[in-house]
Amino acid sequence: MAELWEYTKLIRSKNAGPFELTFDIMFKDRSGYDLVLQSGKLSARSVAELYGLQEQEVRFFAIEQILALKLSIPRKTFSGDVADTDIYGGQFHGPLVRMRI
Amino acid sequence: MKKVRAIAATGNLSTGFREESLVRAVQQGADFVGCDAGSTDSGPYHLGSGKPRGPREGIKRNLRIMLREGLAAGIPVIIGTAGMAGGSPHLQWTVDIIRELAREHQWHFLLAQIDSELEKDELLDGLSKGKIRPLSPAPPLNESVIRNAERFVAMMGIEPIQCALKKGAQVVIAGRCSDVAIYAALPILNGIPHAVAFHAGKILECGAASTAQRLYPDCMAIEMDGGGFTVEPPNPELRCTPQSVIAHTLYENADPYRLVESGGSLDTSHARYEAISDRAVRVTGSTFIPADKYTVRVEGATLVGYRSIVIAGVRDPLLIGQLDSFLSSLRTVVERKVQETLKLKPGEYDFQFRVYGRNGSLGQLEPCDKISGHEIGLIIDVVARSQREAAELALVLSHTGLHHPIPEWQGLISNFAFPFSPPVIDVGPVYQFCINHVWELENACAPFKMTFENL
Repeated sequence: MAELWEYTKLIRSKNAGPFELTFDIMFKDRSGYDLVLQSGKLSARSVAELYGLQEQEVRFFAIEQILALKLSIPRKTFSGDVADTDIYGGQFHGPLVRMRI
Repeated sequence: MKKVRAIAATGNLSTGFREESLVRAVQQGADFVGCDAGSTDSGPYHLGSGKPRGPREGIKRNLRIMLREGLAAGIPVIIGTAGMAGGSPHLQWTVDIIRELAREHQWHFLLAQIDSELEKDELLDGLSKGKIRPLSPAPPLNESVIRNAERFVAMMGIEPIQCALKKGAQVVIAGRCSDVAIYAALPILNGIPHAVAFHAGKILECGAASTAQRLYPDCMAIEMDGGGFTVEPPNPELRCTPQSVIAHTLYENADPYRLVESGGSLDTSHARYEAISDRAVRVTGSTFIPADKYTVRVEGATLVGYRSIVIAGVRDPLLIGQLDSFLSSLRTVVERKVQETLKLKPGEYDFQFRVYGRNGSLGQLEPCDKISGHEIGLIIDVVARSQREAAELALVLSHTGLHHPIPEWQGLISNFAFPFSPPVIDVGPVYQFCINHVWELENACAPFKMTFENL
């Protein structure tokens, strides 16, 4: 049992425009990418649960050529709204970093 | 077919580039130099307030080098999303810098400025004719949303820039503009296929960000032809690899394989990325799917109030242990006090406690909602109808909170460590994005006002 970050060289979040967030998870090597992908722990479903969304609101992409997984979600609080906590969306990946795989 | 070489000065005009990189890039042969100068990334403030984002001196330095090299080589210089938000005041601010440079250096050229700020009546007309459609997710849009907003801009595609170039503009300063359009307009005018030009534009828009290790902000160069393009950084210290170029297509983009632009979408799912040296990558195989109807994205911002904040540290372990009940009881006391003294009812103002050390960064999305540290950074965040009201509310909140009791301590206590005197900081007007819609156009240039000027 390891944490997601241990397999990766980068986990980041960022706005994809003011109304969406996107997470990029870049793996160190093929074995980590395969292991995480096959574990099913990082999925549209688990991310939906973690961020309080419906599964169908989460878009999931496996980009094999660069050993990356990408997930995009709608923002419930738009960038810059009075209640927003992160204008650029750069810290929303926090809960993914130590996800148990 | 003639090849087209495009130079991106950097990813954002305010971040800069190495002068020698741009000089080298133009010397290697270039058909134009472009740069993006804005984004919605830093929130709705710039669009709403009409204030550009500097630093002015840094932007002037970057424009000086771009203009000098572009004019000497006889190639166009194209700037998109002037002044951060691309509204009329942002465009004017940028054009003023250009005029200043022309005067200081005795440069003479034809300048085109393309204004993308919309009249509310144009937008209302589009709304009533059913030409405005929501993207997802989108805030609700109706007539009063449009009437109450501070400012709207439409994001132009390639066509207005092409129009300026066809009329001989040597320098094009565009208001809100698709990043990709800055780099795709001239190549498409010269016969480069849309798929090639749009994909190249996506890579160029962040300058040197598509390199294997971006050591500092810098230029990027792409050579396009009928079958694809080659990307190679002009700075010999930087290099592109197939991985670094593909990785960049992920950045700030919800879908890594599909890029929606005015006039159609780029599909990169079958693109091939091939190293042709240890620094250059050849990209082929993208496709372009024309849209049924031509649309432009509309952006707008509304004033929601004025903000004042107070920053306070909390170090007392007994207080930290009951922070939620403390803040909720403070809220009740303050609401009553504000009604009595400032005659303001809840709903006429808004305040929240931002608790750093618990969920300050993620808010309600924080899955780990417990406090495990020994101190808390508290921001008392007030938004009210005027700056005066916001400041008074913040003062009432901070002073009431300072001495608000907890059961364990008897006698007057001071709960907050204020780092500053005075503790209340006026932040200014607060805006929010009020639209995430596209507008269907008969003519891609119609909402954009073009002005030519011989400098």
